[in-house]
Amino acid sequence: MRAELFLQYLVSGLIYGSIYAAVAIGFNIIYNATGIINFAQGEFAMLGGMIASSLASRLPLALAMAAAVAATTLVGIGMERAFLRRIARGGVLKMIIATIGLSIAIREIALLIWGESVRTLPFFSGTEVSSVGIAGAHFSPQVFWVLGVTALVVAALTAFFKLTLIGKAMRGCSANREGASLCGIDPDLMVTLAFGLSAAIGAIAGCAVAPLTQTHYAIGTGLGIKGFTVAAFGGLGNSLAAVGAGLILGMLESFSIIVVPEAYKDVVSIVVLLAVLFAKPSGIFGSRAAGALKDY
Amino acid sequence: MLKARNLEAGYGPLRVLKGLSLHVAPGEIVAIIGANGAGKSTLLGSLAGLVRPTSGSVTLRGEDVTGSRPERMLAAGCSLVPEGRKLFAPMTVRENLELGGYSVRRRLGRKAFEEDLAGVFELFPRLGERQGQLAGTMSGGEQQMLAIGRSLMSRPELIMLDEPSMGLAPLVIKQIFSAISALRSRGKTVLVVEQNAKAILKIASRGYVMETGSLVLEGTGQELLANRDVQRAYLGKEYSSIADEREGR
Ligand SMILES: Nc1ncnc2c1ncn2[C@@H]1O[C@H](COP(=O)(O)OP(=O)(O)OP(=O)(O)O)[C@@H](O)[C@H]1O
Ligand SMILES: [Mg+2]
Repeated sequence: MRAELFLQYLVSGLIYGSIYAAVAIGFNIIYNATGIINFAQGEFAMLGGMIASSLASRLPLALAMAAAVAATTLVGIGMERAFLRRIARGGVLKMIIATIGLSIAIREIALLIWGESVRTLPFFSGTEVSSVGIAGAHFSPQVFWVLGVTALVVAALTAFFKLTLIGKAMRGCSANREGASLCGIDPDLMVTLAFGLSAAIGAIAGCAVAPLTQTHYAIGTGLGIKGFTVAAFGGLGNSLAAVGAGLILGMLESFSIIVVPEAYKDVVSIVVLLAVLFAKPSGIFGSRAAGALKDY
Repeated sequence: MLKARNLEAGYGPLRVLKGLSLHVAPGEIVAIIGANGAGKSTLLGSLAGLVRPTSGSVTLRGEDVTGSRPERMLAAGCSLVPEGRKLFAPMTVRENLELGGYSVRRRLGRKAFEEDLAGVFELFPRLGERQGQLAGTMSGGEQQMLAIGRSLMSRPELIMLDEPSMGLAPLVIKQIFSAISALRSRGKTVLVVEQNAKAILKIASRGYVMETGSLVLEGTGQELLANRDVQRAYLGKEYSSIADEREGR
């Protein structure tokens, strides 16, 4: 293979991989706080991109994106407060099913608001035609924005959970809810925070990719499936593992073009998901013991 | 310090506490002994805000706190070291203590927190040496020290302990009990549930005996140690040896 082509595949794998990782981290945050899989996770990314693209015509790009992230965060918090909290007593399964219902509702509302048209967001710097050349291959500057933004999100999140009192309280709450209550931590508040945080991260990911991949009311479904695959692949609940698993899946998809037609790209992730669920349900980086010690 | 009156509580249709009353005065170590399933943990849970009483009242320093949530009980100065410790296993010793001081730190800031941390390390030097170790990997005795330390971080006036000696070796139990005595000399009031009746009654100022949801006996530690029913049921003495003592043989 020619070196430039190899580099192109590599970078495209990195981009998709880091977006999948961001969505997977959203899954993990909510999983750690509540034990549920939030199937509306992909919709957060859709909302981020769609709201930002609507606002971008009226506001400066950075402001439009900040507003989109804030609005999506409110949707995440609202969905927990208004729906999921009320059925939390009914058990994890009911809540998971409710998230499926909520994801359909969000998608339908998005269809009503934005219709079926494909939208995009301006490039963060430069335009569609600007490019950065590395070793003979040319990349859009947006590529570096996507990688930079995801790296920043992961670093900020790690710092949040390891260094801040609230972040530690969230970890404590998922490690031992009753123990946390006895320390004066309100477990319900921590769950709400988890939904807000996870929605914000989804929205940031949605904004970062929109200029490259365009966006549409229905992109959440695909992103949700990929994100879930990555979360399960890495080991549910573990965010650093999600980054590793995201990059691996991104690469697999991107290099699969060499052996199978591009249209089959998405099949790769489904095959990976099924293989992982059959062979190692705790994920490639997970162990049963680590699974018992839930930590972000 | 603490007064409970006609407290009733349970889980769904199951009534566990059947109208019991108790009081704890400042500076006391009060022990509660009783058989498995008597409802001792339920009692402490309802005093800590984990279990909501269905009737009766709880006052803490004269303030009515009946049915309050754990945050409020903690703010009112009452902290529970729960049965089974309920530590944050995947987090470090230091992080566990930080979360113990969650409310103090939010109210009084970092400096207050650092002072409290130093106080806990003074009581349990072992925790100071193991700050970076994951709580889940510590020995049973160390975990119990951490659980007590975590509770102390909230600056409680009344500290309640639920079976602190459970599952520990005799030597370690000794350390834990001397730590409980040390709590009193630090001005804390202690309410402790223990299976190890003899050892706890020796250091307790007063004690209660609990049977199926009610407190059936109350007395000073010495009185309960000398009580025949207590000896028979909780101190493992045989009828014959009690009879022997009675007849002065
Ligand atoms: N969360 C719960 N849900 C339902 N029933 C419970 C719950 N916790 C305790 N019980 C029941 O309440 C009764 C009293 O239990 P509790 O744990 O208070 O007893 P205990 O005196 O602390 O016993 P032990 O000495 O074994 O710790 C028992 O019959 C127990 O099965
Ligand atoms: Mg008990």
